[in-house]
Amino acid sequence: MVKLDNKNTEKMSLYTWVMNNLVTLIFLAFTLFGFLVAEGVSADYFLTEITSRLYRNGILVLSLIIPVLAGLGLNFGIVIGAMAGQIAIAIVRFFDMGGLGGLALTFIISAPLAAIFGYFTGILYNKTRGQEMIASLIVGFFANGLYQFLFLFVVGAIIPVPKGHPMIMPNGIGIRMSIDMGTLKYSLENILEVPFMWGVLVVAGVMLVVMLLKRFNVIKAKKGSKRQVGIMPWVNMGLCAVLVVISIHAIVTNSNLMLVKKIPIGTVVIILLVCLFTELIMKTKLGQDFRSVGQNQHIAEVSGINVDRTRIIATIISTVLASWGMIIYLQNMGTLSTYSAHTNIGMFAVASLLVGGASLSKAGIKNAIVGAVLFNAMFIMSPAIGQAVFGQALLGEYFRTFMMYGVIGVALGIYVWKNNKQSKTTL
Amino acid sequence: MSEIVEKRSGIKDTINKIGLPTVIIACFFIFLLVVSAVIKLPLATLLSDMLKRGGMNGLLVLAMVPSIQSGTGPNFALPIGIECGLFAIVCGIQFGFTGMALILFTGALAIVLATIAGYIYGRLMNAVKGSEMAIATYTGFSISAVMCLAWLMVPFNSDQMRWMLGDGLRETIQLDGVGAAGIINNFLSFEVAGLKIPTGLLLVFALFCFIVWVFFRTKTGIAISAGGINPKFALASGLNTDRNRIIANILSTILGSLGIILYSQSYGYVQIYNAPLMMAFPAVAAVLIGGATASRAKVSHVIIGVFLFQGILTTAMPVANELFAGTDLSETLRMIIQNGIILYALTQVKGGND
Repeated sequence: MVKLDNKNTEKMSLYTWVMNNLVTLIFLAFTLFGFLVAEGVSADYFLTEITSRLYRNGILVLSLIIPVLAGLGLNFGIVIGAMAGQIAIAIVRFFDMGGLGGLALTFIISAPLAAIFGYFTGILYNKTRGQEMIASLIVGFFANGLYQFLFLFVVGAIIPVPKGHPMIMPNGIGIRMSIDMGTLKYSLENILEVPFMWGVLVVAGVMLVVMLLKRFNVIKAKKGSKRQVGIMPWVNMGLCAVLVVISIHAIVTNSNLMLVKKIPIGTVVIILLVCLFTELIMKTKLGQDFRSVGQNQHIAEVSGINVDRTRIIATIISTVLASWGMIIYLQNMGTLSTYSAHTNIGMFAVASLLVGGASLSKAGIKNAIVGAVLFNAMFIMSPAIGQAVFGQALLGEYFRTFMMYGVIGVALGIYVWKNNKQSKTTL
Repeated sequence: MSEIVEKRSGIKDTINKIGLPTVIIACFFIFLLVVSAVIKLPLATLLSDMLKRGGMNGLLVLAMVPSIQSGTGPNFALPIGIECGLFAIVCGIQFGFTGMALILFTGALAIVLATIAGYIYGRLMNAVKGSEMAIATYTGFSISAVMCLAWLMVPFNSDQMRWMLGDGLRETIQLDGVGAAGIINNFLSFEVAGLKIPTGLLLVFALFCFIVWVFFRTKTGIAISAGGINPKFALASGLNTDRNRIIANILSTILGSLGIILYSQSYGYVQIYNAPLMMAFPAVAAVLIGGATASRAKVSHVIIGVFLFQGILTTAMPVANELFAGTDLSETLRMIIQNGIILYALTQVKGGND
């Protein structure tokens, strides 16, 4: 919550701020409502669920940012990256490798695969210019068909495999419905885990100190960044202080909050690295090209940027990141549902990013993280609310599916509608 | 018929005229038929299945024609129409109708519901010109999800539809119990050499094909097509393109709602909840296989497309089962063909708004 943006509040009326963050606020309100009505949801259960989902899905959501900035819209095609990750896992598990080394190998195998897939997807997006959003959805379905063909038929019928292998179907053709991850499971998590409250204490403490130092000009604010005015800095500092107090209290009294799942430092470091990568690449020449192409393809073309190539690179980066994201997701899940694990990944990630306040042309790390938290909060809360309000958990499950599609639909609709209105007034 | 005349000007022109994907898929279908004849599969059964499944999907595919012709693109929001039809069926059963009365009541109610829904949907499509396909898809998804909530909450209590325990409707409702399973199919149906002809089904499909064909020769129909070909020109000639697009989408939604009634009675079950979610894609694929593009479609494309697509699906499964025992490739094949053809059509769409 500390990260909720305070930059925009200055010089902008409250009304516009609310309107611009409407979806995010609705999800926030929904979660809070859930806490009010649902009894079964304790703070430690909720925090455990939300944080573990954040570590799990983080990179998948982050992988969507670059295509948005490059003007490709929301890349539902990350499903293809997920498939590359799953192929890598299948290969590694076929030879019964595991542990951290096995995980590293899946990363290495999936990267070139995903790059090739991304290359072809990128070419397709260039041919379906203006309709990338629907094309990326359909290409995911299409790739799913090829993926099934590979795993159900090619493995066994064309690529010879031993019949008795535990991964292969009893008749020797095709891969079983689920693949056990063996020691790949939690391999990243097992490196180092820190109790959640200690993590909160350290992060909140450091932020508090930095903010205080900034406030009293001990360290200079970065050049160009405007000095924050108003009450927001104080609110942020207050929040940090409260978090510090809560975490110290929890640690000292060993309260329920200490039951929250420990923070897997390995996963968090990788997520932070991907964040850093996304930030840094946007500062390079390539990143500038992404932005120019995203803003206006014609002008970018005229000013000497190879638009097609830039868009393909953006797709490749997104696909590779998604393949790694999927591997991290699966090593946390523990089993790979061979034919269904990837199917909803694209929509989940896209809905998360949109809930975080992104649009079809603007997305950032903040949107991805806030969105991943809030969307998952809705996901956790929905059945509990359904149970509490209507006496039916199933209702909540259908409701969250609706929210997923609804968020995507409404975000798309409003964006296009606004654009159409604008182009009408300029004509 | 025209291809015979064209043959003189070379095979290439013929292929261009019919459309490359149609030719490839037709060849594949013929190949499948030959293989199934060679491995001695009962051809008559396969063809009966093809007729039945072609007929039952027919109206859903026909629903693509008005929306494509009006320039909205394929109706990816077909679930809207489908949910209207399903809701009408559920109401009909609840009110105690059976047999033909149920079908007629359901049809009438579906038309009313679909007209309202289609109007709203048409307005939406006018607001988001340029990205209709993506938004239509998510509109369809959202409506399916909303209706899942509705199925769970409607206070209907007919024994045909209730769960034994708890609230809400069943996932699949049998039409046997209300005497409506296959009622249109069996009308005047007969058998020739093992080939079962569902006369009623095909007649209804043909009737609606004819209606749509005639409609696009009326003044309104021609105006809709004109708006689809060149909206600016149509606007300059004094046509109200926005209004025409709404009419086309209403028609498309109505066809979708009637389509699911025809589909359900032929299938014998009404599938609710998540069943309609993905139903738009096979319908879109079928009309594209028939030779339509994302901006032009004819009734003939529907007829060719739906029988060709369903024909492949019905023959592929037994053939694949016979050749590679123990594998189920038909679903895989469906995914590849269905989504491949939609992708191909998307690459043919000219980008931008002009």
